[in-house]
Amino acid sequence: MVSMMTLSLTRKKKLLFSVSLLPLVGFVVQQLISGGGPDPGKELVLLTGDWTIRMLLITLAVTPARRLLHKPQLLAYRRMLGLFTGFYAMLHFTAVMTYVVGWNWGRFLEEFSERPYMAVGILAWLLLLPLIATSNQWSLRHLRQRWNKLHKLVYVIAILGVVHVVWLVRSNYAEALVYALLTLLLLGYRLLPSRAARKHRAPVS
Amino acid sequence: MIIKRPTDIPSSEITPEAIYLRRRDFMRGSLAGLATGLLPGSLLADDGATMAGQALDYSPVAPGSAALGFDTSEARTPYEHVTGYNNFYEFGMDKSDPARYAGSLVADPWSVEVSGEVDKPGTYALEDLLAKVQLEERIYRLRCVEAWSMVIPWVGFPLADLIKQLGPTSRARYVEFKTLYRPKQMRGQRSAFSTIDWPYVEGLRMDEAMHPLTMMATGLYGRSLPNQNGAPLRLVVPWKYGFKSIKSIVSIRFTEKQPQTTWAQIAPREYGFYANVNPQVDHPRWSQKTERRLPSTLFNPNRIDTQMFNGYGEQVAHLYQGMDLRKYY
Repeated sequence: MVSMMTLSLTRKKKLLFSVSLLPLVGFVVQQLISGGGPDPGKELVLLTGDWTIRMLLITLAVTPARRLLHKPQLLAYRRMLGLFTGFYAMLHFTAVMTYVVGWNWGRFLEEFSERPYMAVGILAWLLLLPLIATSNQWSLRHLRQRWNKLHKLVYVIAILGVVHVVWLVRSNYAEALVYALLTLLLLGYRLLPSRAARKHRAPVS
Repeated sequence: MIIKRPTDIPSSEITPEAIYLRRRDFMRGSLAGLATGLLPGSLLADDGATMAGQALDYSPVAPGSAALGFDTSEARTPYEHVTGYNNFYEFGMDKSDPARYAGSLVADPWSVEVSGEVDKPGTYALEDLLAKVQLEERIYRLRCVEAWSMVIPWVGFPLADLIKQLGPTSRARYVEFKTLYRPKQMRGQRSAFSTIDWPYVEGLRMDEAMHPLTMMATGLYGRSLPNQNGAPLRLVVPWKYGFKSIKSIVSIRFTEKQPQTTWAQIAPREYGFYANVNPQVDHPRWSQKTERRLPSTLFNPNRIDTQMFNGYGEQVAHLYQGMDLRKYY
């Protein structure tokens, strides 16, 4: 048996790629085998929405995990996780447009202006677009400092995403609460003074 | 390539799946039908191989009753979806939870408490209530407040028939219904995260309750109700959003004041007491102008326009004359 330790980084990345696709593959297989439920469009909307917020939280967990587990090499997976967030967000938007809005632009404007959770969701999706577009070496090299600033948008996107989820709850808050709590923890971690700063300020004892 | 939209096919041309699957029996039945000049309605709906529940004795929907709203030529939602895709939060939040978990409910024996402004209050065994009514079939559209809809062949009796038996007093202006509260058998009632204050409560104005379209259902597709659809006794009010059609009823109370109903209590901005299907009044979080008629597929969302009073305006619009339906949603 090949242990995780001996796998090359490329292999590990391929593995992570496949695992990240599983929710979608599972859905497609289920549709093919059983024909699925009577409302697969709605199912796809919910599934892609769920996995957008989950992928986003996993992406946000990379930095704390690197520090807390002393595994700086985890950085190598962050871009892929971030892009999968973008992937599921794209699918989610397309599914909502197809199965909820029906690509009716009048209806789209109505949803956007009259339903705050929808507006918040679309805003989060729009903010994701520049992050997806700049997730490549070229942008990283050419934007330099600005790349870091730009990608701080992910915190805003996370807050908007959670607001979108909580706003949608009809009567059961369990899942939405978990997402909200995780977001709070992951963003809160960023507010802690960094280790370097702490060392700097450490009083002589 | 021309892809025909499903609306191009008159729904009267579509054979319900349950019947299609029984085409051989149907042909055999037709021969018998030729002999007698009539085809028993129960034969069409009966599919003992895949359907749960007991076959019921009822009169099939009468020809020509579409004008009364008792029948529709629209394609019926297949039995597996009617019984596999439900909102019954007493068993969980997922649409598949009720079918998965409602088996734990013991629906027999069953009794109903009748109270309030009524001549004959008391606790009635279900079979005693049913002994005095005639079961009949009604094909109704069901429009969920979540913007999906089905067409369901119910078996039941007009609620008015039951109310007349019980004899409400002149002070009775509303009827309040309650669902069973039995957390041991209804796992959703044990959830700590639900905002619902069990038991589930619904209500109707007296004239709505007495309307001939309002029925108490004990079955669907010719057989007794599966637990997930509200066994053994549920309300069906086809011109209102589905959540008004309360399931597994254990209490009927006649009141002078408008009852405090569950969803109107949780989110009064989103769910009113009346909850009439109305494409002009959106739910604050989604549009009610259209609906997905189930089953839909990924390639055909089957989105149709929602009709005022779910298409029963001719029968019920007079109940709300002079009322501002934007205010009383």
